Amino acid sequence: MLALPAQVPLSWYLILSAVLFATGAAGFLLRRNIITVFMCIELMLNAVNLSFVTFSHKLGKVDGHIFSFFVMVVAAAEAAVGLAIILTVFKNRATLEVDEISSMKL
Amino acid sequence: MDAILFLIFAAIALGCAINVVLQSHPISSALSLVGVMVALAVLYLLLGGPFIAAVQVIVYAGAIMVLFTFTIMLLNTGAESRPRRQALHTAIALPLVFSLAGLISYLAARQADSSSVVTFGGFTRGDPHTFGIALFTTYLLPFEVTSILILIAIVGAVVLAKKEI
Repeated sequence: MLALPAQVPLSWYLILSAVLFATGAAGFLLRRNIITVFMCIELMLNAVNLSFVTFSHKLGKVDGHIFSFFVMVVAAAEAAVGLAIILTVFKNRATLEVDEISSMKL
Repeated sequence: MDAILFLIFAAIALGCAINVVLQSHPISSALSLVGVMVALAVLYLLLGGPFIAAVQVIVYAGAIMVLFTFTIMLLNTGAESRPRRQALHTAIALPLVFSLAGLISYLAARQADSSSVVTFGGFTRGDPHTFGIALFTTYLLPFEVTSILILIAIVGAVVLAKKEI
């Protein structure tokens, strides 16, 4: 049985953040449904937020929380516009496969 | 106790994140993503950020994911069709992604000295009072720029909803 440390090392949080980011990147590269690709971007943003909050704890300042707050605001604006684009694309082409939306012209 | 809580919620976050990538139906991915966000909110609480944890649940797991599930159900998309020529694609992408995760983890583990630990209650400046004072003094200009960004997003969404592209 592995002995658990009494306190969590800072690097565990950073490693979790890195692995979550890589998972999001893998989904971004491998998935072909445009909505799932978009959700993988959100996953990467969340991973970066975890890093910000971890460093905020390490430095003893609230600044990291404010950065992750701004990331959330940008993510909300991005989701509104991105999903509107997805709706328009689906209305015009009747598909959500990114491979089939490769040309700019109809 | 801290380590046990961290391990439980890190495992939930990681399992849900992998599930987001592996599920073939978008609605399953969306619900797994909600799991990731709630687990991360608990980790924010452990890191001493009650306000940012609440915002994570309300804005991310609440507002943004509702928008996603709404769009998925509106478009009524089915499961992703089987990939045609994706073997090469996967063979190139997966080693790159694993090396990315390994490299960042290695650097993080090397840079963070072993004496820096996360103690619950060791950081108390994440409360709404401190957060608000920093947001409206030091970060006042970014905050105001954010309002312009949101205005642009509103106008963009309305234009996209009306126009034929």
